[in-house]
Amino acid sequence: MNRDLAVGERRWVNMVFGLLAWVVGIVFFFPVFWMVLSSFKNEQDASASPQMFFSPTLDRYREVTKSSQGLLSFSQAFSNSAFVVLISTLLVLLLAIPAAYALAIRPVAKWRDVLFFFISTKFLPVVASILPLWILAKELNLLNTRLVLVILYTGMNLPLAVWMLRSFFQEIPRELIEAAEIDGASLGGQLKSIILPTAAPGIAATALLCIIFAWNEYFFSVQLNPVRGATVPIWVTTNISTRGNFIAKLSAASVLASLPVVIAGWIAQKRMIRGLAMGAIK
Amino acid sequence: MTSVRFDNATRTYAGTDKPAVDSLNLDIGDGELLVLVGPSGSGKSTALRMLAGLEPLDRGHIFIGDRDVSDVRPRDRDIAMVFQNYALYPQLTVAENMGFALKQQGMPKDQRIARVREVAAILDLTPYLDRKPKNLSGGQRQRVAMGRAIVRQPAVYLMDEPLSNLDAKLRVQTRTELAEIQARLAVTTVYVTHDQVEAMTMGHRVAVLKDGILQQCAPPGELYHQPANLFVAGFIGSPAMNQVALGTGRPLQLGTATVALDSAGDAAIGAGSAGDEITIGFRPEALEVGNGPLRARIRTVEDLGSEMFVHVSIDHLGSPLALVSKMPASFAGRPGDDVGLQLVGTTHLFGTGALRLASVSACLS
Repeated sequence: MNRDLAVGERRWVNMVFGLLAWVVGIVFFFPVFWMVLSSFKNEQDASASPQMFFSPTLDRYREVTKSSQGLLSFSQAFSNSAFVVLISTLLVLLLAIPAAYALAIRPVAKWRDVLFFFISTKFLPVVASILPLWILAKELNLLNTRLVLVILYTGMNLPLAVWMLRSFFQEIPRELIEAAEIDGASLGGQLKSIILPTAAPGIAATALLCIIFAWNEYFFSVQLNPVRGATVPIWVTTNISTRGNFIAKLSAASVLASLPVVIAGWIAQKRMIRGLAMGAIK
Repeated sequence: MTSVRFDNATRTYAGTDKPAVDSLNLDIGDGELLVLVGPSGSGKSTALRMLAGLEPLDRGHIFIGDRDVSDVRPRDRDIAMVFQNYALYPQLTVAENMGFALKQQGMPKDQRIARVREVAAILDLTPYLDRKPKNLSGGQRQRVAMGRAIVRQPAVYLMDEPLSNLDAKLRVQTRTELAEIQARLAVTTVYVTHDQVEAMTMGHRVAVLKDGILQQCAPPGELYHQPANLFVAGFIGSPAMNQVALGTGRPLQLGTATVALDSAGDAAIGAGSAGDEITIGFRPEALEVGNGPLRARIRTVEDLGSEMFVHVSIDHLGSPLALVSKMPASFAGRPGDDVGLQLVGTTHLFGTGALRLASVSACLS
């Protein structure tokens, strides 16, 4: 037997790649793991040199979620974030789906320019736009409201959503839409029965990204909305104190802030990996 | 009564100068199965999409019955279309796929179900009504696509290469079933294919297109025996018709032999003096390999069991020329044998502009 072995058949090569993958994985995951671990420690243990054993406690979680007078409470920040994220994501989808339809399925004149315009709004550094935004928000009495964040997050995520949805809509076999058209479906009927169900995994993926970006956004929130209507990222930073240790407490707050995104990703993953338009075409 | 009429219908795609379909004039009778055939890029699919309303017309009109539908939306044309890739709605079951159009029309659910069941029975789809398209075989998907068109009882069926995704055996079988169903329903049908065998076997009439221009529209027999021009002659029939350019000289010389035409043939080409450039065409079955006057050598012999395709090479105007003959299964020649050729069937004469002048009997001497 004198044949060339395929890459997969060389066992030691496989082992090296496998090992490398594990090392990279661990390097990436370790800080997160350490954060979760620290959140179950008391402050002394968290600040001390790393220990093998410690007695886990939920006290830090109790501390960070307990609302105290005058300070931003976790429940308040959480409900602010949920409101801003969900409403802005909903608005993004409502605006981006028709836009993507017009760019992918029935391309409007100069659709390339339109597409470029959408993405060009992301060229300007956020820092450069904050002053005019702040002045506008002040003039319109929107400072320290949840509404200003809804508007900004909608604008922030819209270009991305239009681009993503456009490429998902392009994946829909043209004949499907033509068949629906010949079968007598109106535009609304085509959207409802054919286009949206076929692109559902793509829409889920787009929504998830919008949710993640909006949930994690810190800069706009801290500049325009530091008091009432503050979001979870701001709440996380309120756990930094000038006196004493706060690593464990901050870790607990960070874990709580990360959880919704992790859960949303885990749920959406099942929808996202389902193949697009399976079985429509031979 | 639903006829279809293309009246100077023209479509030029953006960014191109040449029309994809150029001034198409075509009358399709009520209940007729008309096949549009041609090589890729001939405009046959574009013509069908124009009829469907999926491509706008740049010039001309299309009539369905007496109604000018040139500016009518696809959904208001009362047509049903079967797509090459079937275009089944992936998230709907077979029953929902078939009933989709009826639902759009607002037909009550019980009537809809009854109608779908009725058509499913015709197409042997009853056991699969609750399945999704992805859980069907290629042949079943094709039948669902057919069923989706049939349940609607439209004025016209449009079929865009509906069999090209099936394997060879299933294609032949489905071809027959499809022709039977069409005959039973007697609904006007326009059928697009690039496969000339499919076109010849299914079509009541066949319209041959090339570069967006209609070459000939005739019943299959006429297309085969009286092709309008060299393109149709070469496109229809397998193996293709032998075509040899013989120049302007008279009498016509093919290799070492003289082509002796009957009186009709002589009249058609103006025998005696030099005239127009003439090309002759003869089908493989009109070329006999044996002891004829035209010397040739056998290159290959293809044994199909029932008959043999004999590929020979002759010397014509100083260069080798390949010809093909269809011989009975008893033919015993082998590659490398020196043989003589004779014309035994119809010989077609093509003149200026590749148009057919006459179909005559001829022999080599």
